[in-house]
Amino acid sequence: MSGIYNNCQKVVAMLENKNIRQTMNFDLAAKAKWVWKETLRIHRRAPETRIASSLSPIEIFVSLYYGGILSFDPKQPYLPDRDRCVISKGHGSISMYPILADLGFFGMDELERVCETGCFLGGIPDPVIPGYETVNGSLGHGLGVASGMALGLMRSKQPQNVFVITGDGEMHEGANWEAIMFASQYGLDNLNLVIDNNGISMLGYTEEIVSNGDLSSRLSSFGWECWEVDGHDVSAVHAALMRSKSTRIGKPKAVIAHTRKGHGVPGLENAALSHILNPKPELLDDLLREFE
Amino acid sequence: MSLKPRAMRDAFLERLYLEMKIDEKIFFISADFGSPVLDKIRADLPNRFVNVGIAEQNLINVSAGLALEGYKVFAYAIAPFITMRCFEQIRVSLALLSQVRPMNVNLIGVGAGYSYVVSGPTHQCYEDLTIMRALPSVQVMSPSDHLVAESMFNHCIDNIGPKYLRFDAQVLPVIYENGAPDLYRGFHVHREGKSLCLLATGFMLHTALEAAAELAEIGIEIGVIDLYVISNLDEVALKRVLSSYPGVVSLEEGFRARGGIDSMLFDFLGRMGLTSKMYNIGVDPGYRFELGSRAELHEQVSIGVNAVISQIRDFADSIGIHSKSGAS
Repeated sequence: MSGIYNNCQKVVAMLENKNIRQTMNFDLAAKAKWVWKETLRIHRRAPETRIASSLSPIEIFVSLYYGGILSFDPKQPYLPDRDRCVISKGHGSISMYPILADLGFFGMDELERVCETGCFLGGIPDPVIPGYETVNGSLGHGLGVASGMALGLMRSKQPQNVFVITGDGEMHEGANWEAIMFASQYGLDNLNLVIDNNGISMLGYTEEIVSNGDLSSRLSSFGWECWEVDGHDVSAVHAALMRSKSTRIGKPKAVIAHTRKGHGVPGLENAALSHILNPKPELLDDLLREFE
Repeated sequence: MSLKPRAMRDAFLERLYLEMKIDEKIFFISADFGSPVLDKIRADLPNRFVNVGIAEQNLINVSAGLALEGYKVFAYAIAPFITMRCFEQIRVSLALLSQVRPMNVNLIGVGAGYSYVVSGPTHQCYEDLTIMRALPSVQVMSPSDHLVAESMFNHCIDNIGPKYLRFDAQVLPVIYENGAPDLYRGFHVHREGKSLCLLATGFMLHTALEAAAELAEIGIEIGVIDLYVISNLDEVALKRVLSSYPGVVSLEEGFRARGGIDSMLFDFLGRMGLTSKMYNIGVDPGYRFELGSRAELHEQVSIGVNAVISQIRDFADSIGIHSKSGAS
């Protein structure tokens, strides 16, 4: 564990130098696997957490935080020079807990106390957690707030980037589309939307509930620059996010990551009701044992 | 006397315009709602003026994002829309988040009560004080003339946290000719009475003063207090004033007994241990579609001057306060 922790301290140092190529030396796939295991461990201890929607965005989070996409200082979470990362799909970001702990936003020991009295890591993350920018989990708010941040940075002539991670079920919220039109109107090219397109909301497949259609063509028709990527191919995700970040052409940008809810857990992966299913503790133990 | 009455929004936005020219950290956002002064802001300060369109949810979230980037934000729309269309955005992105991160967002809602007289219940606003005062971290203010409204500007600039300012859409007569009252006190005593005190907010202060003058003619001397700060007012001072009254009456241009200033005062009296009897006057709960002048509409829903006088006399009788003339 300490080896990983030290490696990450090195990444942070590299991020401060903004030397992206060096950070690519970091093994993102191994890191994604570690985050997957830690997320299972957290859920094994705290079954109130939403595991399936936390497993689908792991490669996105890992690329952002270990791949040199985001600039940040774990000891100064609100440093003005940081890139802003808004996790709009709150429940589905329990996998952020091990990442933030590993990077030094808070102690690793907090991971042992998720959902316990006195711990700040709850079933749905709150903005009291170091590393979280806004309120998360009440869906459909992140993109609008991120648009305001992006406009503020642009008007203040600041170069930082704003990333916002949403789910695809969350795109049902009309407020998102107000923000999508707004970001396009104001040419917010410092704004990067990443959609964890796992295709499932709480009660089933979004395609059958209220279809989002082709998100890429919808967003394109709203004036956004879009890329689609296999959300579990970490190097492809990394490349897409890097491409998005470096594209400044007067348009907001979106990366649609095609992912699988409950990724890697038999019986959970891509199951219609995966959002509310809790894998049996024995299954989690078996999976964790295999991993060791 | 000499002071010309103005619309609250014009007085407030004029101050805002002048300040925006000096302070580059002020941002103004409208949900496609204007005013003549706003045209000046839009023309002269286009970088810090944004019209999000008819999209109040985004109005609030963009305001929150700008505030997180250090801007002092003024968000502007018609009162029912800036409070009720986007209530969860206010709750989550302003009330809740501002408890963790410093944010200065000021919601300016125009169209208190019946002030959009012929527009009907969609544009009238009888619930906003109730729902906004339900949010513990939002300061709610409700001025009774343009001078109080204008005096709230410096408070908005100097104090972080979300605030809701409920402005009347009409030009109301000047109340505070000698200068705006103490904002931090939150209330102002306009008349001192013997047994009854009437507390009103916004437009209803004007009704209260009129009713009090007429009641005085028949020998019922009532106190009148303007409540221009609905949350965070000086409770110790208010307790001192109210403790001499055996009867207290609330008067608001909002639904009666639905959590408005009547609820606030019932709570206040109980919590302060005051034994005054209380009676609440507000809009009869229910939506109405009749057209008429504001005064006519007010009489229909029990908050017109005549309706107020009659309810106060009944209340006075019921607690044993009788007028000199013996009228009942």
